[in-house]
Amino acid sequence: MNFAELIGHLGQHTVDGLSKGAIYALVALGYTLVYGVLKLINFAHSEVFMIGTFAVVGAWTLMGATDNPPFGTMILLLVGGLIAGVAASGATAVAVERIAYRRLRRMNAPPLIFLITAIGVSLVLSETFGLWQGRLVKGMPNVLPRKVVFTIGNTTIDNRQLLTVVAALVMMFALDQFINRTRYGRGVRAVAQSPDTAALMGVNKDRVIVLIFLLGGLLAGAAALLYNVRYGNTRFNVGFLLGLKAFTAAVLGGIGNLRGALLGGLLLGVVEVYAATLTSSAWEDVAAFVVLVVVLLFRPTGLLGESLGRARA
Amino acid sequence: MRRKFVRALGGVALAVAVAAAAGCQESGGGGDTGGGGAQNCSGKIALFGALTGGDAGLVLPSVNGVELAIEQFKAANQGCNVELTKFDTQGAPDQATPIANRVAADQGYVAVIGGAFSGESKATMPIYEAAGLVMISQSATATELTAAGNKSFHRVVGNDGTQSAAAVAYIKNVLKAAKPFVIDDGTTYGQGIIAGVKKGLGTVAGEDRVQKDQQNFDATISKIRQAGADVVAYGGYTNEAAPLLKQMRAAGITAKFLGFDGLYDPNFPTGAGAAGEGAVVTCPCLPASEAGGTFSADYQKKYGQPPGNYGAEGFDAATIILEGLKAGKVTRADMLAWVDSYDKQGVSKAIKFDQTGDVDKSKVVIWAYEIKDGEWKPQQKLTIS
Repeated sequence: MNFAELIGHLGQHTVDGLSKGAIYALVALGYTLVYGVLKLINFAHSEVFMIGTFAVVGAWTLMGATDNPPFGTMILLLVGGLIAGVAASGATAVAVERIAYRRLRRMNAPPLIFLITAIGVSLVLSETFGLWQGRLVKGMPNVLPRKVVFTIGNTTIDNRQLLTVVAALVMMFALDQFINRTRYGRGVRAVAQSPDTAALMGVNKDRVIVLIFLLGGLLAGAAALLYNVRYGNTRFNVGFLLGLKAFTAAVLGGIGNLRGALLGGLLLGVVEVYAATLTSSAWEDVAAFVVLVVVLLFRPTGLLGESLGRARA
Repeated sequence: MRRKFVRALGGVALAVAVAAAAGCQESGGGGDTGGGGAQNCSGKIALFGALTGGDAGLVLPSVNGVELAIEQFKAANQGCNVELTKFDTQGAPDQATPIANRVAADQGYVAVIGGAFSGESKATMPIYEAAGLVMISQSATATELTAAGNKSFHRVVGNDGTQSAAAVAYIKNVLKAAKPFVIDDGTTYGQGIIAGVKKGLGTVAGEDRVQKDQQNFDATISKIRQAGADVVAYGGYTNEAAPLLKQMRAAGITAKFLGFDGLYDPNFPTGAGAAGEGAVVTCPCLPASEAGGTFSADYQKKYGQPPGNYGAEGFDAATIILEGLKAGKVTRADMLAWVDSYDKQGVSKAIKFDQTGDVDKSKVVIWAYEIKDGEWKPQQKLTIS
């Protein structure tokens, strides 16, 4: 137990944890949106993210990305990567809804069936990429070289950490506004509260469901870009562990609650980094799940409770 | 109608049972005559290791070496029907175990080449020992494998005890490290070799243990930075090491990266990209150009590339068994005795096993390899102090 190290550089470890957790949070939003409306866990969401990471790499390869590009090219690469990632992930999410959900929903299948079809789609997608792209770690150019932006005491904050956390906060804020202020958002909340009443009021339920899958996919695509910028590698099963962590983050914050997903993600990242500092990296998953269990013992609905439908209240 | 159907089904089942029993008897009888025949030199050899998956690049050259040896043997000895069966374990002990049980149960197998990795070797050694099957590993280097008194396990490479001693000398004398940082991946192999290095170094600036399939190394990198390490030694395989090294370099850490034979894999420079330049590994394996006989030329001719990591060792492992078959050692017991008393010059080194199944320690050679222009290049031969 290396307490001296943790206390000595508490600020640095917290910053590391927050920037790790920001990616969890963005993926967690996808789980939470679908759960909030359908009360179903979309286990294929991890593959929506995985496809995003590959789309970003593909776009970078097409654009001829190199290590440490000049500033203009860098912005171009980031924007190009974002468009590719968001488009691929969004399209995948909508396709998943079409293939694994819509028909079953029309037939009023019990919730367990959706769980299985989602896991099925997830396996098909990840194995397809395993066969197509190979099972090795796929490297990519270092598009955004690390630069220390500012230093507070012995804590340094670099441009990637700043980008990840700020991007996550901005997207979270935008999504929150979208759900709470726009007409589409009102539809989403209405269906989340009571699908039947919403239908009677003239809300098109199918369109709302496609919309939430699309929103989750878009956020996962953005998370894929941030992940690639920060970690510089991907692989066919990249979504598995990350998806599990993001799902944990969503449950930790209160599944179905957008702000909860953000809080859960950031908290999970910080807990993992603290635990890895105290012991070794091999223990970070253990610590993450211990925290989850302890929180659920005292707050069974997560830190902020389930409330997509009641988000306004 | 229904009763007739049941009866017919029963009849079919009975027929299948009889046929199966007859089949068993037949193969058993075949084995007997095989043992009795004077000039028999046929047999089946099993090979297991990671043939696919993230770490397969470490194994495939040695499989090529084995296949080359068998091809040459068959060409020189037309009457000998040697059959090689390759089993893919993806390097995982839990996948290697059912395979071991299957091989052990099939009396046609007289010898096993493998396991390629230490974890899978450790898991399957007791099964092969109970079946009296000899194992010759081309690349499993964990020290503990030969320390357990297993009768079946042999290896034609040096162990990690020797390798870590050489690595320690390299860290101290060549790299002149003041603050070495050690990381392992929690596997039999990674933990073993890092334990040896730590013991040899005495004090380290810091340490961490990562997990199989881990992809983000924020915490590890933060530890390396806080420790102010000038050398990072990593015990493990490419799948985790390539992203780790990449993220380390991207985070601005310039410490020298030292790996071990687990990273001496063509996929490591590819996976790490530009971050890999200058990374060094130690390996108890010979550079292709140093291998004896016509091996390098033959390998180049057959596969169109120079023999990779453990190619020569794979060739040697297969040669021991093939020479045994030629000498008429077609039962498991005879083959085991043959390997135990083997004493000949191989292409990688002079091969003679000691009591524990390790190759004679004075004959082990350890080399350092460095990544230059995205490829492994031999750097220097290490002295074992």
